[in-house]
Amino acid sequence: MPLASYAVVLSAILFGLGALGFVFKRNIITIFMSIELMLNAVNLSFVAFSRMRHLLEGQVFVFFVIVVASAEAAVGMAIIMQVARNRQSLNIERIDLLKL
Amino acid sequence: MTVELILFLLLAVVAVGGAINLIAQTHPIHSALSLIVVMVALAGIYLLLGAELLAMVQIIVYAGAIMVLFVFIIMLLNAGKEERTAISRAATYLGVPCGVLLTAVLGWRMAMSQPGPLAPGADTEGMSRELSTLLFTRYVFPFELTSILILVAILGVVVLAKREM
Repeated sequence: MPLASYAVVLSAILFGLGALGFVFKRNIITIFMSIELMLNAVNLSFVAFSRMRHLLEGQVFVFFVIVVASAEAAVGMAIIMQVARNRQSLNIERIDLLKL
Repeated sequence: MTVELILFLLLAVVAVGGAINLIAQTHPIHSALSLIVVMVALAGIYLLLGAELLAMVQIIVYAGAIMVLFVFIIMLLNAGKEERTAISRAATYLGVPCGVLLTAVLGWRMAMSQPGPLAPGADTEGMSRELSTLLFTRYVFPFELTSILILVAILGVVVLAKREM
């Protein structure tokens, strides 16, 4: 089995762990970190498939994912700052403005 | 077992351990530090997979810029331990089996996937020059679009930071 196949399995495990953290962490910052972990797992699978198929396009897409992730981190952090300032809490159960 | 495989398994154990630690820790700063460990281990795996440029970008942008932003915000907001409530316990009981199931299905499907026919090019190892050429020729339009995306993100952050809510 080539190295890239192991990398694909590792990316699946990391994605699952990120999804798990997203579901059951209560801190808004930690949830954001779980999303970053999932993005990283997807990047790893892009690189592994690029290696598997001898195509460089996969690595180009990783660049775009990293750019989008950094823009998302900046905007997300600004939103978290505002939420924390308004609610005086980082617990997502306290952030229920959209609840009926 | 080749040296490459042993190195890969070592880095994979570090990455998975860091990811588990991210979920297990209750204090956000500990989670952030374990996420940095995961990202550095992933950079090593990119090196093993022959993507040197991406390994450097991973260290500089992810472990450098994004994680510094995370740690900075955690310290600025003085984030403490997370509170556990009844809902979070229910999420644990439901979330853990679902997460394990998702991981198993994803891993199984992706491990079983057969790669399609090989492209005519050579191995992708050590092709930073070809990668840059591709980025600035065929993918130059999306590349320029990302600059607009970043501009919009900057404007959004300025608006969010200045607004008195």
